[in-house]
Amino acid sequence: MNTNNRSRRGVSDKLYKGFIYVILIALAILILIPVLWAFMASIKQDSEFYGSPWALPAGMHLQNFADAWLKAKMGSFMLNSVLVTVIALVLLLIVALPASYVLSRFKFRGNGFWNMMFMAGLFINVNYIIVPIFLMLNNGDKMLRGILGHPFLLNNLFVLAVVYAAMALPFTIYLMSGYFKSLPKEFEEAASVDGAGYFRTMVQVIMPMAKPSIVTVILFNFLSYWNEYIISMTLLTKPTLKTLPVGLMNLMAAQKSAVQYGQMYAGLVLVMLPTLIIYILVQKKLTQGMTMGGLKG
Amino acid sequence: MDMKKGRGRFIFFCLAPAVLLFAIFLLIPTIDVFRMSLYKWGGYTDNKTFVGLQNFNRLFHSDKFYQTFQNSVLLIVLVTIVTFALALLFASMLTREKLKGQNVLRVIFYIPNILSVVVISAIFSAIYDPNSGLLNSLLKLFRGLQAEPVLWLGDQKMVIFSLAGAMIWQAIGYYMVMYMASMANIPESLYESAGLEGAGRMAQFFQITIPLIWTNIRTTLTFFIISTINMSFLFVMTMTSGGPDGATEVFLSYMYKEAYTNSSYGYGMAIGVIVFLFSFALAGILNAVTRREHLEF
Repeated sequence: MNTNNRSRRGVSDKLYKGFIYVILIALAILILIPVLWAFMASIKQDSEFYGSPWALPAGMHLQNFADAWLKAKMGSFMLNSVLVTVIALVLLLIVALPASYVLSRFKFRGNGFWNMMFMAGLFINVNYIIVPIFLMLNNGDKMLRGILGHPFLLNNLFVLAVVYAAMALPFTIYLMSGYFKSLPKEFEEAASVDGAGYFRTMVQVIMPMAKPSIVTVILFNFLSYWNEYIISMTLLTKPTLKTLPVGLMNLMAAQKSAVQYGQMYAGLVLVMLPTLIIYILVQKKLTQGMTMGGLKG
Repeated sequence: MDMKKGRGRFIFFCLAPAVLLFAIFLLIPTIDVFRMSLYKWGGYTDNKTFVGLQNFNRLFHSDKFYQTFQNSVLLIVLVTIVTFALALLFASMLTREKLKGQNVLRVIFYIPNILSVVVISAIFSAIYDPNSGLLNSLLKLFRGLQAEPVLWLGDQKMVIFSLAGAMIWQAIGYYMVMYMASMANIPESLYESAGLEGAGRMAQFFQITIPLIWTNIRTTLTFFIISTINMSFLFVMTMTSGGPDGATEVFLSYMYKEAYTNSSYGYGMAIGVIVFLFSFALAGILNAVTRREHLEF
């Protein structure tokens, strides 16, 4: 009786496990197919897009990539994207590291207030405030035109990077403060005994220890900066200054009228390839960092 | 004394850049949204007239706004329920059962989360394409070659569901990883003793897993509201630009359009204020409804 029961349970267990496998693999396929299909489409010739979309490409039509890179200017858009992303990340770290350190480890008047302000900043979303930001920069430009003779704030990759850095401040400070709080006080005390000032203690003792949180910050913000397009689209109106996602949006619009499918998919691959490569290299850290921060932008 | 002065200066220089960026690009624009909603303003001219709540009055008498409201709420409800249910189910399958290839599956599920919305829109536009799209060519297998193509993005009744499909595809992995992380903290012994007492998988899921990650579920419900409002804006901007005939116009896309295309900044900002208040109220209600006694393990 007992053994009979157990073996029956064994069979249903196996069935259930098989069922789970089928469902999970189905979901995995559902996620992978669109991505892989886009890669496949990027090496098809334009004429191949009229048959079945499932047909394998006839050959490696790499001309698409050359066209996207040169004709559609995705190459120069990529340079813009790299520049903006790197500048924004560097700026963000320079500004956020000292602020998080001071906010989490020093007692001073206003500490609680600023901590609360930055926490409240977590709820401010860029999609709501992009219009006032645009108007502010536009007004600033009008003023500058009077003084300098030319506008400066709109259509400026550096200004875009500054805005990106500002947007990421609340989350970054939240994440880094949490990390600094977990460090023992003894490090600063020892440094102080050795005669190091505040600044030296921060740069030479604390910052090297903050490496794990710095890596997390870079990973997260790299992804959001690289993929961002609403701010970029609004603040950079000059065609030569576009970033990759905005360039891709233009290609999508062009594809509708001129039927340049291949070029568009090549451009699409150019946007997603860097993020995919980095993701595969660091996926463990990324998902760990996500559960550490526990927030989505 | 000298040390103390140095300390104050150190704190000031560490904090000042962050506070400055925060104030200029987050705080002031946020205040501006509320302030500008009380003005009638074309934006490019200095002719600002204070109109009080007139913008809001106009808003509540606009059919367009009600349509937008309807679309947004439909998306919030649909995307939240489906993503939530699937993510929870898949997460529990992946953590509860000892499966081979667990890590690979997890890595795959997270991929959509690292892609730019522009990339996802481009891919889904190709999937939904009426003539050469993946979906219709797949449907031909069942409906026969002569069947009329389904206009996934062209049919006014269908398009919002197509959009929801892309959004769910994008979001599911993120919430899965999140739930998996909190499920991993539940001690195995609870499941073992429940199993000995004869509780099946379903009972274990509803009586152990769900109550123990309840705090996490509550937090993610707030994320769902905020991120669906934001993501629907990004998807609409890249995929349908509100069409056909306003069938996919959502809160923030309507705001953005009123502000830029129509140059009625004050009216646009009034929309922003309403959406902001709405999302806060919704989050508050959800928070109150889902309040349970906190369980420890």
